[in-house]
Amino acid sequence: MTYKTKNRLKKITQHTLLGLFTLVMLYPLIWMLASSLKESSNVFVNAHSLIPESWEFSNYVEGWKGFAGISFTTFYKNTFIIVGISTIGSIVFSAVAAYGFARINFTGRKVWFALMLMTMMLPFEMVMIPQYIMFNWFNLIDTYLPLILPTFFGYPFFIFLMIQFIRTIPPELDQAARIDGCNTISIFIRIIVPLIVPAMMTSTIFSFYWRWDDFMAPLIYLQTPEKYPVSLALKLFSDPQAVTNWGALFAMTTLSLLPIFIIFFFFQRYIVDGISTSGLKG
Amino acid sequence: MQQTHTEETQFPNTPKRNPSSKKQKKPVKDVDNKMGYLFLSPFIFGTIAFMLFPMMYSLYLSFTDFNLVGSPQWAGLANYKEMFTNDPVFWESMRVTFFYAGTAVPFRLIFALLIALVLNRVVEMVGIYRTLLYLPSIVGGSIGVSIMWRQLFGNDGAINSMLESIGLSGHSWLGDPNTAIWTLVILYGWQFGSSMIIFLAGLRNIPGIYYEAAEVDGGTPLQKFFRITLPMLTPVILFNVIMQVIHGFMAFTPAFIITEGGPVNSTLLYVLYMYRQAFQFFDMGYASALAWVMLLIIGIFTAIIFKSSDYWVHYDG
Repeated sequence: MTYKTKNRLKKITQHTLLGLFTLVMLYPLIWMLASSLKESSNVFVNAHSLIPESWEFSNYVEGWKGFAGISFTTFYKNTFIIVGISTIGSIVFSAVAAYGFARINFTGRKVWFALMLMTMMLPFEMVMIPQYIMFNWFNLIDTYLPLILPTFFGYPFFIFLMIQFIRTIPPELDQAARIDGCNTISIFIRIIVPLIVPAMMTSTIFSFYWRWDDFMAPLIYLQTPEKYPVSLALKLFSDPQAVTNWGALFAMTTLSLLPIFIIFFFFQRYIVDGISTSGLKG
Repeated sequence: MQQTHTEETQFPNTPKRNPSSKKQKKPVKDVDNKMGYLFLSPFIFGTIAFMLFPMMYSLYLSFTDFNLVGSPQWAGLANYKEMFTNDPVFWESMRVTFFYAGTAVPFRLIFALLIALVLNRVVEMVGIYRTLLYLPSIVGGSIGVSIMWRQLFGNDGAINSMLESIGLSGHSWLGDPNTAIWTLVILYGWQFGSSMIIFLAGLRNIPGIYYEAAEVDGGTPLQKFFRITLPMLTPVILFNVIMQVIHGFMAFTPAFIITEGGPVNSTLLYVLYMYRQAFQFFDMGYASALAWVMLLIIGIFTAIIFKSSDYWVHYDG
């Protein structure tokens, strides 16, 4: 065997093995998609098969009708409201705080920075009980405010990511702008913000993901089904005792992942950069 | 500079300085203090209102008896005493959580490292593999996937159907206390994508010259891995281990959706138990005590990992 054919053989086995492995890893997702197109009574007949006998796109129409007279239009609208407002807040205020940390030399900066790193490690689950009681004081249970406010004023992970990014911008740029008459605020708006757009994009994407997937907070705070986001609606929709239309359930679970996939495929670069530079969890 | 002056005059208490003192060793300017806290104010407000105060309040609650009605009644150490001496479910959930974190986290990280090593050697189409293998991790946290997982391992789900089609008999994966927790561990390991990407980035940062030097000295592939690759990756591994351990201890959604803590509490993860105490039994004091015990455990673990890092993490290169 010549070196060339040997090399080609090696490549073919390599790609076959990797391809097979990838397929096994993706099987559950493909299976979910396939089940969403199967006829409801057939979902668990030959359950492992990936090819629907008849392509029931009507599952999506059926599923969209939701439950208790509330359609998924409402649930998606709710989700976008929650995700949108909390994301805008956390990105804007994270950028503001990151600039303060990275560029302004003020008393107590180190203390606040250390505190930020600590809260970065502190999981939400550890403060959910006192937070619940606090929101209860203000009669805010069953509103969106408890879901939005805790991350609205800046999110440590994003602040950290943006600080890293601002540090790569040469300080001479700030100084030049200052000579030209900019003050601290206008330097932030005119110089820094345009340059940290990639970090803000990364943060936006992760904020979208996390808010979209958020389940525990809606579970605790929301009581009226009309206010449910998609995640909580799916939980109710999927109650094993209640489900009869399995095709429709799979259609709605598949659909709930669609926004995540779309964003992933369009903005992959930002995600990969974000994870590799800061270790953000995806 | 006019702005600077107007802002400085707003602090009447600060001692007057002559302009030359500004040249001294990096004094903190008043305007910087003012600007710094202006920019930090939203973050500081958020941190105090939604982190620091809740933490302290939860510590207080953990010494009380409180069911949301009325006001918290001081109970001293009763909650902690009850937990450690009179609550077998607490110990059960502790055992389940340690087992889960202790298997799922290494499973995910070792898996991620192995795949990253393989992908690092493949030149062609690595982008496609990386993208596809990252997918489970990007959707894995959502409810949709947990629901799918429940059906996948269900009695008439795809796994059993597959086993039956090759002549084996199915198994009640979710109904058997010995296997239920493993479906959750597999779900956790399946989402190895983000760790894989961090490892891949780490691998790309190892200077090729090290391997060339090892080549000259006649190093075997195994030696190269244990003497170069692994030590050079340790900072990345450290960060991953800490984040994943915290994440593993905090797992809730999969147990809540897939197994509901059962059968016979075999998947009663700690946070799920805490959730039940707080929001089903409304025992806020006891649930707060549970939260603080877990917080201490996580703190101790993080400290141990950090301290031990002196011995196994290499920051050169």
